[in-house]
Amino acid sequence: MSSDSSAARPPAREPFRLPLHWLGAAPFAIFVLLFLIMPTMRIVIGAFQTPEGSFTLENIRGLFTTSILSAYWISIKISVASAVLGCLIGFSVAAAAVLGGLPKWIRGPLLTFSGVASNFAGVPLAFAFLATLGPVGLLTVFLKTQIGIDLRALGFNILSFWGLTVTYLFFQIPLMILIITPALDGLKREWREAAQILGATNAQYWRMVAFPILLPSFLGTLALLFANAFGAVATAIALTGSSLNIVPILLFAQIRGDVLGNPHLGYALAFGMIVITGIANTIYIWLRARSERWLK
Amino acid sequence: MKKFWAWGALIFGLLYFILPLVGMTNFSLKMRRGVYSLDAYAVVLGDPRFQETFTYSILMALSTIVFGVLLVVPTAYWVRLKLPGLRPYIEFITLLPLVIPAIVIVFGYIRLYNTSSWLPLTGTTTGTNILLMFGYSTLALPYMYRSVDTGLRSIDIATLTEAAQSLGAGWTTILAKIILPNVLVAVLSGAFLTFAIVIGEFTMAALLNRPAFGPYMQLLGANRAYEPAALAVMSFALTWGCLGLIQLVSRFQKGAQSPA
Repeated sequence: MSSDSSAARPPAREPFRLPLHWLGAAPFAIFVLLFLIMPTMRIVIGAFQTPEGSFTLENIRGLFTTSILSAYWISIKISVASAVLGCLIGFSVAAAAVLGGLPKWIRGPLLTFSGVASNFAGVPLAFAFLATLGPVGLLTVFLKTQIGIDLRALGFNILSFWGLTVTYLFFQIPLMILIITPALDGLKREWREAAQILGATNAQYWRMVAFPILLPSFLGTLALLFANAFGAVATAIALTGSSLNIVPILLFAQIRGDVLGNPHLGYALAFGMIVITGIANTIYIWLRARSERWLK
Repeated sequence: MKKFWAWGALIFGLLYFILPLVGMTNFSLKMRRGVYSLDAYAVVLGDPRFQETFTYSILMALSTIVFGVLLVVPTAYWVRLKLPGLRPYIEFITLLPLVIPAIVIVFGYIRLYNTSSWLPLTGTTTGTNILLMFGYSTLALPYMYRSVDTGLRSIDIATLTEAAQSLGAGWTTILAKIILPNVLVAVLSGAFLTFAIVIGEFTMAALLNRPAFGPYMQLLGANRAYEPAALAVMSFALTWGCLGLIQLVSRFQKGAQSPA
């Protein structure tokens, strides 16, 4: 399908050289254009069009209704909660492994495991959490019969805001560990020694040297985890069916059966998702570039 | 004191990850009342729908890998060799699928390639399958491209190309016989990751209405109790298998390179 090489063959020996070597990138460019850029542009343009094709802001305005706004709001809350908790817990675990004086052999398995767990999202993840924290899950039953804590009576429900957040953390924490470990490794011993020679206490070293260096990585990963949770569809649908009103589930239902009663409102909904994940990722890329200055 | 907190954080993290795995394994074994049994697995494995969807997803994963390799390896090679100025842009484009949610991309497909469009891919089963494969290739692009590009960085492609050309090799020969074997480990790790992503993918397959493994799992989850847990255990084992293989091949490469 990608007959790149045949397109690229002539330029090397041609006597007069048209810029034919650009053709080598053509199959890739065509693929990306057809199956990534154009579909996305179709959605973006559709968000600003009436069904007849003229320009309008009506679809975007249509997003500002109670049910859609609340869907965005719940999505954002879940994404923020799982990103913040994921960052904090992931950072603690990574810091424990790198700086906490734990045995050296823990690192390798920890990183390998994080690689697997951060990819273990989607439908099976939802099943794992249903089997653990669901109404008859392992932990729910154990806490109830052995310790006497009734999670349901405490208001915990796996099909709720916290249920989804706790489930998302399963791939958020490992992702944080994977990204922040190199940054923690990048903290050079010399910096600490230099700070100590200049009379800094441990707390001062952390506040004035380590923290500012780690901050871009930390905030960047926060943005990445946010986008990661915001776009997660499969886990949410497998876990809650359609009982939780979040943007990906609403969009899924809209694509399937036009539940909003206006196809172009669906475009606007999707456009809103692109804008939010786009902003989060821009922040991530920008901050990562900043943090990489220290990791050479 | 520091060690105490470090162990505490580590143990908390471990519990968080092990409990759900224990929970799902435990649940998957409890189909027969009162005793542990493998009944749920037997039911799942014996279900013809499981066999169909699983085979479908495996075929999908394999064709995605083949297409991805054919697309990414020549492009990454060519860009490094002749168009180094394009690299940052291509790198940026390959990261886009991480920014644009899969559900939005597939929404675009449905609108762009429906039966009344200029390229009515969704009109036929074969067309939809191809469209889904392209979708999967898009999802896998960030991983595949980065993996191959890193692999290419470690070899001197300019010298290899000139040497091959002076011996009379054409571009196809260079790519197939010189470049590909040299980046095989990188290609393989990209391939295993692609496999792990495609095999359980839900959103695209569900919205394009294809009988893939992901939608099957979701359907089973909505209707059954113990079988989904068995499926989850199997998927986790599969993901482990794929990523374990990546570790294995990259270690193999390190072993092969160190004497040189």
